[in-house]
Parts: sequence; C-alpha cells; structure tokens
Amino acid sequence: MTEVSLPNLLRPHAGGQRSVKVEGATIGEVLETLQAQYPGMSGQLVTADGQLHRFVNVYVNDDDVRYMDKLDTKVRTGDIVSILPAVAGG
Amino acid sequence: MRSVLDLIGNTPLVDVSELSPKPSVQILAKLEGQNPGGSVKDRIALSMIEDAEKRGLLSQGATLIEPSSGNTGIGMALVCRIKGYKLKVVLPGNVSIERRQLLELWHAEVIDSPAGEGSNGAVRMAQQLATQHPEWVFLYQYGNPANPRAHYEGTGPEIWRDCPEITHFVAGLGTSGTLLGAGRFLKESNPRVQVWAVEPPAGETVEGLRNLDDGYIPPIFLDQKGADLLDRKTVVGPGASIEWTRRLADLGVFAGISSGAALAGAVKCASSIERGTVVFVSSDGGWKYLSTGAWTDELDVVVERARRIIYF
Repeated sequence: MTEVSLPNLLRPHAGGQRSVKVEGATIGEVLETLQAQYPGMSGQLVTADGQLHRFVNVYVNDDDVRYMDKLDTKVRTGDIVSILPAVAGG
Repeated sequence: MRSVLDLIGNTPLVDVSELSPKPSVQILAKLEGQNPGGSVKDRIALSMIEDAEKRGLLSQGATLIEPSSGNTGIGMALVCRIKGYKLKVVLPGNVSIERRQLLELWHAEVIDSPAGEGSNGAVRMAQQLATQHPEWVFLYQYGNPANPRAHYEGTGPEIWRDCPEITHFVAGLGTSGTLLGAGRFLKESNPRVQVWAVEPPAGETVEGLRNLDDGYIPPIFLDQKGADLLDRKTVVGPGASIEWTRRLADLGVFAGISSGAALAGAVKCASSIERGTVVFVSSDGGWKYLSTGAWTDELDVVVERARRIIYF
C-alpha cells in the first residue's frame, strides 16, 4: 500500500482526506486504482488515451515521474506519492 | 558604467562546497541577488523591454502591464523608471510586504489579484486587463522568448566562462526561463551537463484552483520543449527551503528562500552522483524576506507562515 497525498482540489472526491492509501506497483497502477476507488477523479489523473493529464504533476518522493519512467515509474513500500496541479510562478 | 542598467548580469559564483554531502562533489552558487533590482529577473526585465523597443512596441511614456509574484515586477519597475515608461503590476495578494514596497518606490502601480488564486490568478487577471486595454503593452514573461534569451545570452555563458567544469545545473522553475535559456546554452557547450529543476509544492499553499483545467504551463516551456531539456524535476517544501537558506547565511551568503530550495535540490543532486560540479542559481537576496522571520523565528512557525506567503 502506498500513501498518496492529494492536492486541495481533489480532496473533495476522497471525502476530504488529505491522503489516501492505494495499491499499485507503478505510478500508472496507483493512478488507475485511485480513479477506480474515487470515481470523482475519473479522467482527471490519467486521460482516456492513457496519458498523464497535462496539468497534473505526480511525484515519487518529491521527484516528478515525467523525468523518471513516467507512468511506469516503480513505486516501492514506503515511497510517498504526491499529486500536485501545474501552476504558475515568478 | 553609464547607467544602473549596465550593472545587470555578470553576477558572481561562490563556492559553497562546505554544504556538499560529498567532498568529491563541488557546489557553487550564482548570486543573482547582486543585480541592482535585487534578483535574477532584472535580466529578463531588461531583455523583454529592449526587445519590445527594437520591435517598435514602446513609444515614449508607454504603459506596460505584467503579472508577477514580485521579482519580475520589481525588475521591470526599475527598468521602466530609468527609461521613462509607466508600469502596472498584477500581484497576488499574498506576497511579502517588501515586494510591494519595492514596486511602489519605483512608481509601479500595484493591482491586487485574489490571494486565493496565487500566480495563476495574477496571470488570468493580467490577460483580462490587457485585452480590455490594448493600448497597454503586455510583455508576458511566461510567453516571451526574450525571457529565456536573456539567460541563453547572459546567465548561461557567464556560468560556462566561470565554471567550464560544470556537470549539473540546478535552478528554480517559475516561468522556466532560467532553465530553458541557461540550460540550453550549457548543454550546447557540453552535452553531458544535466539540468535539474526545483519547484515549490504548489497547490499545497494558497492556490485555490477550481479544477485541474485551471492549471497552467508557461507557453515558453511548451514552445521550447522544456520537458525534453530537463533531466530531473524535484519539489522542495518550505521547511527544507528555509533550513538550507539558513545554512547559506552561516556561510555569509544572505539569500532568499527560493535559493534554499535550489540549494536543497543541488544537495539532492550531489547525493546522487559520485563526483561532479553542481552550479545552482540563487535567485535573490534575503532582504525581501526579513519580515517573514525566516532567520529569526522558530522553524515551525516560519514554515506555517510560508504556506501562506509566496516566496518563489
């Protein structure tokens, strides 16, 4: 089970929880499981074409998976997965 | 030096390897706080405004509008003051007081965007206002190639000149200009150089995004294929940022909170390699953050405060 921390705007879909525990050996599996368990998130994390939503950033232990193995990035026991929206800065 | 504007750029590199986790990895800081307006953004303010002048977009006494969490607005306020232009800065309500004060002392007009919407809200509001006022010039740091060009022509070559042994370049990701411009120059100079981005944990703080489609990716990042250029992207939270900023102060480097974040990224990079030379960008000095108590108050208190104030 992996702890996934949720951004503010997705918490309402998970009953207001700041983080949830889900199964998954890769980021792709973790996100699919999340979308299945919390239908309000459906299509918001992984889109219909199997890609990560363009405005969603997913991190394993603070590293953005887009620069690791993307949806194939492995998730190990104890890893912390965070989901954050893409925002402006500067 | 005929003008203060000639002081922009050519900032010093300082060795902070004392903070490296390994003796075989050097860490160097590029001190952008030494720019006259106080931050790395002086470079892009000058670059975007000079570019606009060359393209005939700026008549005498023209009015410019720009969204900024502070440093770009401040850099533009300085350049506009010297060149005689008027500036309106759309600023999220939750920035440190010093940012606002600097804007006002250089005669920029501050327009507050909703504090709950962070920088995304400032961008949206600036776009709306610019559409309503086509006579104002909107240079748009997030979409203007003169932004990364300033780093391709300035920051990158300076680092290469001062540190040709560089193996890793680490910088904060805001508009993505620094990473795109300096990163591209350094990779062209040595294809083995890696470029790492550091970002704050957006979405945990004050951004009240309504939904993911309210998300934002800077157009220059997409146009210049930033995702292909970057080798790594890491989040550094306020606690680590402030701790590392304090450690820099112990070495006599008085830097802003995002510099602590970049240093944390540089240390993470150093931990992951056997040997190398990591250069990171210290975007500004610590002066604008004294009011946040980052060096004086209990860490827990400062971290909590930092969740509500934009420091990136």
